[in-house]
Amino acid sequence: MECVFGLVGNGFAIVAADTSAVHSILLHKNNEDKIMALDSHKLIAASGEPGDRVQFTEYVQKNVSLYQFRNGIPLTTAAAANFTRGELATALRKNPYSVNILMAGYDKEAGASLYYIDYIATLHKVDKGAFGYGSYFSLSTMDRHYRSDMSVEEAIELVDKCILEIRSRLVIAPPNFVIKIVDKDGAREYGWRLSVKDVTTASV
Amino acid sequence: MSVIKSNKLEEEDLGETFFGLACRLSWDSAFYCPENERKVSSEKEEREMARYDRAITVFSPDGHLFQVEYALEAVRKGNAAVGVRGTDTVVLAVEKKSTPKLQDSRSARKIVSLDNHIALACAGLKADARVLINKARIECQSHRLTLEDPVTVEYITRYIAGLQQKYTQSGGVRPFGLSTLIVGFDPYSRVPSLYQTDPSGTFSAWKANATGRNSNSIREFLEKNYKETSGQETIKLAIRALLEVVESGGKNIEVAVMTREESGLRQLEEAEIDVIVAEIEAEKAAAEAAKKGPPKET
Repeated sequence: MECVFGLVGNGFAIVAADTSAVHSILLHKNNEDKIMALDSHKLIAASGEPGDRVQFTEYVQKNVSLYQFRNGIPLTTAAAANFTRGELATALRKNPYSVNILMAGYDKEAGASLYYIDYIATLHKVDKGAFGYGSYFSLSTMDRHYRSDMSVEEAIELVDKCILEIRSRLVIAPPNFVIKIVDKDGAREYGWRLSVKDVTTASV
Repeated sequence: MSVIKSNKLEEEDLGETFFGLACRLSWDSAFYCPENERKVSSEKEEREMARYDRAITVFSPDGHLFQVEYALEAVRKGNAAVGVRGTDTVVLAVEKKSTPKLQDSRSARKIVSLDNHIALACAGLKADARVLINKARIECQSHRLTLEDPVTVEYITRYIAGLQQKYTQSGGVRPFGLSTLIVGFDPYSRVPSLYQTDPSGTFSAWKANATGRNSNSIREFLEKNYKETSGQETIKLAIRALLEVVESGGKNIEVAVMTREESGLRQLEEAEIDVIVAEIEAEKAAAEAAKKGPPKET
């Protein structure tokens, strides 16, 4: 039900995630931001158990901050991804976290990178990745249209194609998506793709 | 709220409770396994451990804690450190003893950031400082994780002072041999603060203070010359105070500034410090000349 996907372009990485907070048949809110900024140049898009998702990503974020204060320099994306994976692996056979993560980051030396980390602590460095039922559609769409070194405009076109595919083919498709980008200038929100806005009695 | 710490002397429960897991925050703890800590010790080990359990810091007949007082002596031998609180700026200035030619001065930073809005300078045993600063940094992040809020300056000061006090009342340990000056701005209210802690574990807030070598002379100077300042004036006051006991020059002083608007600690470059020192010298010379001037005319 939760759709998260991302891809790497020319000097940037984009991640998109749905923004529904669901509990059984109830939609709590449709503007839940599931992409957290780990630091100035890293994004972590997570899907899974709502409690685990927030707890685990915040835990990773605070440890990444701690590293920065202790050592005066930020972690590289690869190091942060490996740390995250290590924490998932340690907890796996005791108290597993049910969180799937796509970590996007930009380092001066390594450029833009995307890491696929699933809930059983698999770690892969990828050019494109996706989680959830939406991955059946977004991964196929990306496989068809992705080229290495795409520009931001081309990448956003591809992201929109994926969102369209998810919306038209997934039976309980999430209505809204958020898109975030990370490049040499840092991590920031790129935009939202809304098909349902919050309805309040005042506006009806 | 139990936080799993890697220090064996902590009395808090190290069990993997749900809260413990959620609050667990430490690079050390990533490699720390509670199971390894709790092992059955032999009788011989028990006896050896018992020898080191005796408290080092005990009361003297006339009510003194000599270990704490000796720790304060160690502080008095440390480098001079000055802290000044302005209306929108807080400044820390520390004496830099001449760096050996081959040493990379950037690795021996004396003023450190605990968080984006808190900085610390200390006088005394630098190795003890490293340990204390590390724990404080963990606490800053831990607080952010569990309370979704950055620490206030008073909170982290209380925490550091609490740590220092714990080591005056535990078995087999000696107190930390350092006093700290902690500056920062509270989150949201952005009120500036300056606090000082010492080896006994007491802390208090100050408008301006000094610790380390010749701190009494610096404090006297500050008492005479303190007034509410802001921006560049606060920096000048701190440097002027430090120059009372330190040789003039940018390479003998390390200065760091935090302002209400910007986040983060700004370390001043040697060149910047030299400029301010030159200004101060010029002002001093002008004041001297003014004093000598009028009497000549009579």
